[in-house]
Amino acid sequence: MAEANAVLNNPEPATTREQELIARVQRGENDLYYELVRPYERRVYAAALAILRNETDAEDVAQEAMLKAFANIRQFRAEARFSTWLIQITVNEALMRRRRERTVVMEGIDDRREEESDYAPRDFADWREIPSEALERKEVRQKLAEALAMLDRKYREVFVLRDMEQLNIQETAEALGISVASVKTRLLRARLMLRDLLAAGWDKGWFSRLPFEKGAKPW
Amino acid sequence: MVDNQAFNCEHVWREISNYLEGEVEPTLRAAMEEHFRTCKRCTSVLEGTRNVIRLYSDERMIEVPTGFGRRLEKRLAQNTRASRKRWSSWSAWLVPVAALALITAGVWLTNSWTAARRDRSQMAAIERNIPPDMKVVVSDGAKLFHVAGCDYIHNKDKVRTLTAKEAIREGYTPCLRCLRKYVDTTAAIGHTTLDSEAEARDADAKDEQQGGGQ
Repeated sequence: MAEANAVLNNPEPATTREQELIARVQRGENDLYYELVRPYERRVYAAALAILRNETDAEDVAQEAMLKAFANIRQFRAEARFSTWLIQITVNEALMRRRRERTVVMEGIDDRREEESDYAPRDFADWREIPSEALERKEVRQKLAEALAMLDRKYREVFVLRDMEQLNIQETAEALGISVASVKTRLLRARLMLRDLLAAGWDKGWFSRLPFEKGAKPW
Repeated sequence: MVDNQAFNCEHVWREISNYLEGEVEPTLRAAMEEHFRTCKRCTSVLEGTRNVIRLYSDERMIEVPTGFGRRLEKRLAQNTRASRKRWSSWSAWLVPVAALALITAGVWLTNSWTAARRDRSQMAAIERNIPPDMKVVVSDGAKLFHVAGCDYIHNKDKVRTLTAKEAIREGYTPCLRCLRKYVDTTAAIGHTTLDSEAEARDADAKDEQQGGGQ
């Protein structure tokens, strides 16, 4: 069903301009590197933040990752997507930083929990589509970010890489060093949990100023 | 085939993420779509999940700290410039340094080659010209033979005396400092002649003494 898939954005293929920039930076035109990565700086930062949950660390790791990508730009092969390559480097850097700083002691505990158990949605109110324009409002973005922050690490990471960073399932698995099956299981749970968290937020009036029909829930 | 009797909401929830990924078999997809037509709960889950994915995938959901782009650009500029600077400063003095090194090496090689060749020819001249029975000294482990008292003798306390002919046969080569006078053939010959004459004179004198004594 095309409509069902349309929701999952598949990023556009590399533009000719991007390919040209890559080739020129590979040939030593260093000044063009920022132009090449600028379109992805937000995604690189978000990937780092999803793993580190600390803005200062995330920014530092994002910068480090982009410098690392610059240092290794000659190893980039045109068959890959540049954005994916960049994000995978970022995830790797962020995971290394986290391992080094051992900030996962608390979160490590819930990793032992069985993730195969099914997650049953809790909220079944009528739905309606939330228009993207809602994201113009800072409080909406804020509430979505808060809901995401409530997820356990392993669900949040998979969700961010797949649904926000637009990596595919295989790339997400490779970036995090987990199996494709794990990505799918965690992704399902992350999506369903976010939906419930946001539905609960709807009940609490998080989105009360949004111009929706009364009684219809977007989640 | 999917058994519709056994196909319940839990099955739909379990597959709903894969369904949105477009990763379910056609028969399962058909069964799920059939289920959504009649189940309001599952439709709610489907559309809510779809909203979640659509909203979070929006670029606006990613907020970066104020000044992030500016700081990034600055750091990249510093590093990319630094790497170029490193290279350009390298390349700036690499060429003259390499050239100088090559010239130095060339001159040195030429010098040492010509010097070695000159030394070898001088040594050969000495070996040709030196009186074979002339007493010279060598020290074991060294390579040269010398005139006794030469300043360039190694291990002076371990020297032994032998004739030039023996020293050459044992593989010693002449010291170019103390035996230099034998390089010049004519001088050496003259010297040899003089020496021989002296020796002859000495011999004659002895003979005379001996003869005189008789």
